[in-house]
Amino acid sequence: MDLFLDGLMNALTPENLLYAVIGVLLGTAVGVLPGIGPAMTLALLFPITYTVPVDSALIMFAGIYYGGMYGGSTTSILLNTPGESSSVVTAIEGNQMAKRGRAAQALATAAIGSFVAGTIATALLVLFAPKVSSAVVQLGAPSYFAILLLALVAVSAVLGSSKMRGFIALFLGLAIALVGTSTGQARLTFGSPLLADGIDVVVVAVAIFAIGEALWVAAHLRRRPLQVIPVGRPWMDRKDWGRSWKPWLRGTAFGFPFGALPAGGAEVPTFLSYITERRLTKHPEEFGKGAIEGVAGPEAANNASAAGTMVPLLAIGLPTTATAAIMLNAIQSYGIQPGPQLFDNEPALVWTLLASLFVANTLLLVLNLPLAPIWAKLLRVPRPYLYAGILFFASLGAYSVSFEPFDLALLLVLGFLGVAMRRFGLPVLPLIVGVILGPSLENQLTQALALSGGDVSTLWSEPVAKVVYAVLVLALVAMAVAAVRGRAARRGASSVEKEEVSA
Amino acid sequence: MADTGQRRPARRPRRTRTATVVALVLALAATLGACGVTRGGDDPDNRRLRMMIPNSPGGGYDLTGRAAAQVMEEDDLTGRFEITNVIGASGTVAMQRLLNERGADDLVMLMGLGVVGATYTNDSAARVSKATPIARLVEEQEGLLVPADSPFKTVDDLVTAWKKDPRKVTVGGGSSPGGPDHLFPMQLAQTLGIDPKDVNYIAYDGGGPLTTALLGEKIQVGTSGLGEFQGQIDDGSLRVLAVSGDERLEGIDAPTLTESGIDLVFTNWRGLLAPPGIDDATRDYLTELVTEMHDTPEWREALKRNGWIDAFATGEEFGTFLTEQDERVDSTLKELGLS
Repeated sequence: MDLFLDGLMNALTPENLLYAVIGVLLGTAVGVLPGIGPAMTLALLFPITYTVPVDSALIMFAGIYYGGMYGGSTTSILLNTPGESSSVVTAIEGNQMAKRGRAAQALATAAIGSFVAGTIATALLVLFAPKVSSAVVQLGAPSYFAILLLALVAVSAVLGSSKMRGFIALFLGLAIALVGTSTGQARLTFGSPLLADGIDVVVVAVAIFAIGEALWVAAHLRRRPLQVIPVGRPWMDRKDWGRSWKPWLRGTAFGFPFGALPAGGAEVPTFLSYITERRLTKHPEEFGKGAIEGVAGPEAANNASAAGTMVPLLAIGLPTTATAAIMLNAIQSYGIQPGPQLFDNEPALVWTLLASLFVANTLLLVLNLPLAPIWAKLLRVPRPYLYAGILFFASLGAYSVSFEPFDLALLLVLGFLGVAMRRFGLPVLPLIVGVILGPSLENQLTQALALSGGDVSTLWSEPVAKVVYAVLVLALVAMAVAAVRGRAARRGASSVEKEEVSA
Repeated sequence: MADTGQRRPARRPRRTRTATVVALVLALAATLGACGVTRGGDDPDNRRLRMMIPNSPGGGYDLTGRAAAQVMEEDDLTGRFEITNVIGASGTVAMQRLLNERGADDLVMLMGLGVVGATYTNDSAARVSKATPIARLVEEQEGLLVPADSPFKTVDDLVTAWKKDPRKVTVGGGSSPGGPDHLFPMQLAQTLGIDPKDVNYIAYDGGGPLTTALLGEKIQVGTSGLGEFQGQIDDGSLRVLAVSGDERLEGIDAPTLTESGIDLVFTNWRGLLAPPGIDDATRDYLTELVTEMHDTPEWREALKRNGWIDAFATGEEFGTFLTEQDERVDSTLKELGLS
C-alpha cells in the first residue's frame, strides 16, 4: 500500500499530471476518429521516449490507451459511427438512446461505467499482476477455439425475433470475414492486394451503421416529415443509475479476464456483455430501442480489458494487443525489461504506472462527464447537416487508414448492404459478431490442427477446453429444453410463454 | 406577411458570409498553390521528399524508415520528409504504388525481404526488381528459439530430430508465409536436405503471440528476429540455439549456423527503393543523400539503439543483391507451391 501511495504521489506531480492530461485528451481524440487507433498513435509518438523520462512517457501512453477506449464510445452514441472496434457494440443501443433524446444519459453511463470498470480492473491488476504466474500462456489454440465457439453459440440469444433473419445476418458477417489471405490462400480477394488483409471490422461497422443509415434517411427524407430529436434531460436519474450499476460490474467481469488472456482482446467481451445484459434485463422491450444496460455493460467491458492487458505485459513481458506491444517497446527502449523481476527491480516505476492508470481514469471522468450534455446538443443540428457531417466523418476515418480511394468504394458498397439490411429487417449485431469471431475462430482452429498434425482430438486436449465444451453442451441442452417447453407452453396459456422468454 | 418581411434581411448577412468563406478558401488555395511551387525546389539541401512505408506505424519498416528520415532532416541533409504508411498485403500495395509513380523524382520507399516475399505470395506483378534500387540500410539476424526445458540443447539436436521426422517438429514464426520468419526455416530445411513442404510452420501474428506459444510450449522451435525476445532470453525462459548471420550477435550466447556446420547465412534486410524510370541525376542525388546519412553519428546511434546491423550497400552492389534475393525467394516459394 505504501508503494502504491508513493506511486500515486509520483503520478500526481504537476509534470506527470500534465502528461496524463495530454495523453487522455489525445487518446479521446484518436478514439473518436475511426481508422486511427491508440496503437497507431503510440507508434507515432514513440520518438518522445528519447527525450522524456520513462515514468512520464508511460503515464502519457496509459492515458492514450484508456482515452482511446473511452473516446470511441462518443461517436458510437452520437453519430452511430464507432471509432474503435471495441465500441462497435456500444453503437447499437447507444445511438438509439441518442435518437430518443437520451444521448446525455448514454454518454454519462459510458463515462461512469468506464471509470468504474477501469478502477476495479486496475485494482484487480494491482492484486493479481505480481502473483500471476505464467499460467496464461498455458492456454493454447484448442482452449481459445472452445471459448470462441461458446461465444458464437451465445450469439443465438440475440438473433432477434426472426431466427431466419438473424442467421442470414450472421452468415453475411462470416462471409465478409472470409475475405483475405490469412490462411495463405487468397479468398474472395478478386485478385486485388487491397483486399488481401481482409476487411477491418471498424470499416464494416461504420459502413453498416453510419453510411447505411445516412443513405436510408436520405432515401426517405421526402416521404417522412423531419423528426426533431428531443433534447431530454442532461443527467442520469435514479432509474438510470439503478439500471447501470449491475451491467458495469458484469462488464468488468467479462472485460478483465479477456484482456489478460493473450488472445482475448476487447471486442469479444463487449458483445458477451451485451448479450448477457439483453438476457438479464427487466426491460427486454427496450433492447434495440435504446436500453441503457446495452451501453453500460460493453463500455465497462472494454475499459476493463484495457487494464487486463497490463497483467501479462507487466508480469511476464507479454504484449497481448498492438497497443501493449508498443508500450512494451517503449519500456524496453529505456533499458527496462518487464517480466517477473520487474516488480522487484523497478517498484517505483511499476507503482507509478499503476497509479497513473487510476489518475487517467479519474481524469477521463472529470473531463468527459461535464461534456456529455454539451455533446448531446450536437444532435440538434438540422438533419441534412448532421448526416452530411456523419458521412464526411465516416469517409475521413476510412480514408485515413491508408489513403486508398479503394477504402471509400468499399465503405460505399458495405453502406448499400446496410441499406438493404434495414430494408429487409436484418439485425446488425449478428453480422458484426460474425466479422469479429469468424477470423479468430478459423485462426485458432487451423493453428490447433496444424500443431497436432491434423489430429482432431487435440481440440479437447486442454483442461480449459474440456470445461468450456461441458458448459457448451449444458447450454445447448438447456436451450433445447426451453424451446420444447416454450412450444408446449405456447399451445397452453400465452401468459406462461412470457415467463419462459424472460427466463 | 410580417414573416417574409423579417426573413429577407436575415438572408443578407448569410450571403456576405458565403462571400467571406469563398474568399478565404480562395486565399487558402492560393497559399497552397504557392507552396506547391517551392516544393521540390532546386536547392538540394532543402528538397521536400516523400517516403512510403509498407506497413503500419511501430513495425520494423516503420522504425527504420522514420529513423533514417529523422537523421536526414535533423542533419539538414535535405528538407522535410513526408512519410506515409501504405498498409496492405504485407507491402504489396505499397510496392504497386511505387511502380505506378514511374519517374517521380521526390519519392523513396522503405522495404525489405518481407516485401519481396509478399509480392510472390500475393501473386502480384509488382516485383521489387522493377524499381530503382537506392540502398540497403540495415539487417537483422534471425534466431532459432526454444523454450527453457526443450529437449533440444544444441542445433545438432534439432537437426537430428528434424531430419528424422520433419512433420513432428513444429516451427512457429511471427510472419505470414513469404515473410522472413517463414523464409528462414524453409531455406534452413532446403540447406539440410529436408523438403520445405514437410516443414510444419505455424504463422503467428507477430512477436507477442509467438512468445506466448513458445512460453506455453505449444511449438517446439520459434524463428524470429531476437529483439522482441531479449527479456525472455535474459531471464532464461527462452534459449537461442543459433543465430542466422555470418557473425555472432552481441549479447546472445549462441553460435552462428555456419559455426554449427550448416552452410546458410540468412538475414532480414531492409533498404530503400525509388520508382522506376527516374533519371540518373535523381538517382545519384538520392544515393548521395543516403550515403551522407549513413556517415552521420546520429545514424550510428540509431543502429545501436535498435540493435540493427549496418548493412550499407548502394548502386550496383545493392542491385545485384536485390535480384539475387528476388530469385532465391521465388525458388523457395515455388518449391512450397506458394508462388
